[in-house]
Amino acid sequence: MLELGQDEIAKYPFLADAGQYLKDQGFSLEQFGSDPDLKQLIEKAYERIRVAADGKIYKSDLDGDHVSKEAALPREVFSFLLAIVLLKLSGMHTLIKRFALAEARRAEKYLEKDLANISDESKNQLAIRVIDDLFSVQVEKLDDFFVIPVSNYLKHSINFHEREWKLINRHVENGQVYLSPHETVRLIRKELGTYINSKIVNARTPTMIPGFEDSVNKLVLLSKKFVTYTVTTGEYPPCIKHAIEVLEKGENLPHSGRFMLATFLLSKGQSVQQIAPLFKNAPDYNERVTLYQLNHLAGTSGAGTQYSCPSCEKLKTQDLCFATSECDNIINPLQFGRKKK
Amino acid sequence: MQEADIQFLENSFKKYYFDHFDQIKVPERTSEREFGYQKFNSGMTRHLAIKDDKELHLMLIQNIPSDVYCSNAYYTFPNLPMNEKDWKEADLIFDIDAKDLNLPCRESHTVSICNECNEVSKNSSQCSKCNSTKLEKKSLPCNSCINASKIEVTKLSEVLIDDLAVEKENIHVYFSGNEGFHVYVYDSQFQEIGSRERSELTDYISFRGIIPESFGMKKIKPNRASFPDFEDKGWKGRFSKYAFGSKSKRSKIITELLANGYPSFQKTLDDASESIGVKIDPNVTMDIHRIFRLPGSVNSKSGLTKIQCNNLEKFDPYTEASFLSDDTVEVVTNCPIEFRLKNKKFGPYSNEKITVPTFAAAYMICKKLARIA
Repeated sequence: MLELGQDEIAKYPFLADAGQYLKDQGFSLEQFGSDPDLKQLIEKAYERIRVAADGKIYKSDLDGDHVSKEAALPREVFSFLLAIVLLKLSGMHTLIKRFALAEARRAEKYLEKDLANISDESKNQLAIRVIDDLFSVQVEKLDDFFVIPVSNYLKHSINFHEREWKLINRHVENGQVYLSPHETVRLIRKELGTYINSKIVNARTPTMIPGFEDSVNKLVLLSKKFVTYTVTTGEYPPCIKHAIEVLEKGENLPHSGRFMLATFLLSKGQSVQQIAPLFKNAPDYNERVTLYQLNHLAGTSGAGTQYSCPSCEKLKTQDLCFATSECDNIINPLQFGRKKK
Repeated sequence: MQEADIQFLENSFKKYYFDHFDQIKVPERTSEREFGYQKFNSGMTRHLAIKDDKELHLMLIQNIPSDVYCSNAYYTFPNLPMNEKDWKEADLIFDIDAKDLNLPCRESHTVSICNECNEVSKNSSQCSKCNSTKLEKKSLPCNSCINASKIEVTKLSEVLIDDLAVEKENIHVYFSGNEGFHVYVYDSQFQEIGSRERSELTDYISFRGIIPESFGMKKIKPNRASFPDFEDKGWKGRFSKYAFGSKSKRSKIITELLANGYPSFQKTLDDASESIGVKIDPNVTMDIHRIFRLPGSVNSKSGLTKIQCNNLEKFDPYTEASFLSDDTVEVVTNCPIEFRLKNKKFGPYSNEKITVPTFAAAYMICKKLARIA
């Protein structure tokens, strides 16, 4: 584990062992609930969550110079740790997710600053080590760039749906991808969020501590805001319509297209018996083979794995995508026509 | 396929396997691979583990398979069902197939065989005898198919070596035994990447999914200085050669590109992927659980052998990959296309009874254009 100084813990509080930190500072959770001076930190923690829930990044005391750094640093860490306690006590998963994401973006800011810090080599190295230790991304500094092996890059970039992250849109040379500090850090955003999220999910849930109740109740109310309902139009996306048309004309639909069509319809709740007749016109139609393959995809035969419909990205690679403007912002054909109410 | 044809192919394949054991070797790290085989007119037997050359030879002689396969993946338990195998890593594999290259010669050497009445014709949309649309296409690839595939292999090697830092010695090229080449990459940084990552890699190699910004064009206030140049590494340099042609034309063409605007530049890039992108089959590369034809084994689509090409430029599959015997056999054939094997010309034949060497008979029978008389 990394050796961290006080100001590093304040920037990356999720790296600290929470229980140990409190002990080292000479505090117990109960004190925060009862001591009037400490109690305002619970309020601060609640604020930290509320801001995150709104999709914003919590404005840290570290950024301003109106408070002395010595006082600000531990308060910064405490408010993070208390926020986790509040979240665990409230048990609201949507809030945990939003909080983890916002905290990841906050840490991202600091990581980027540290990476780009050319005057302090140790800051630079710490950021590189955090990225390597936590996410196994081997970053190396090369002139003004940060380079990482292509294989490493791909493991993370596949989580992005924006085209600018595709390898073809990157500077690739000698088996390495060249990135700016901002891009390097942005690359691990999702993993950083997942890491913080799993730390919170795996943390032990304490029993209710006197003095915490009000904030916990406020969180439960807050989370109600985020319940959404979705409706679907029921219309098929253009890739599926196209596949059905090809089959209806008796033309050949490639294996990947048949896979897409079958997994899509299965996911929409159709049965193997309902789907099979669609393939009747295929030039190489064989009822026995079709039923076998459909049952395999449905998971009713074979190893029992139920196959899911490929993502839009994969379908693009396979030349099966015929996107229209109605496909904007979806990443899987199954999401087509889904609208938030 | 009728019984006599199967019997004939099995005997020919068996003789090949018996006479050419030296050519059929298990790949490295044998015990971590999954093997499989198919017999004529029968399904696939897979999830097999094989220990060494001896065991492989025994399997070949006992079963006389029509096709033999081996995984590019390495597993802890290759003989268990797929989700219990414990996938460890996989060699990177590329499939370059003449049928995917949209070559103008293709139509001239493709025939349709009717699934209903077995009529052979050059009509590609429906049977000329019974009008059925259930047709099976068979192609007898010509020299330009092979040459065009070789060009793709060369383009692929260039991207692998220059951009992706793959060592030249770790790239092995095999003739697939039918219409193209299989390119294997060993010991690269990509051994452990999964299917989605491999799919991204294929987009890179095929020059697909590009946004104009990556090649210098912007929506607002585009700037001449950001366009790529000839000396640039990777795709930028290759695209420069394609788009500008020569250094003297670069400035003029950039002016044109800027005048035509953003959407037109997107079109330029999409057109570029058609001509400079490497034409690989993305489905093959991204499948990390596939079993591939084993080098040294016979391809039942042609009777030719999948063999390694040490000198790609000079390689001629129709002399170097045909190993079945010269013993003659009588067949009835309806093969409207001329072909060449072992430096001899055959065909065209129109419903004729002829006597030809085994290798030529097997080629036509595998293509469903002949049967044993």
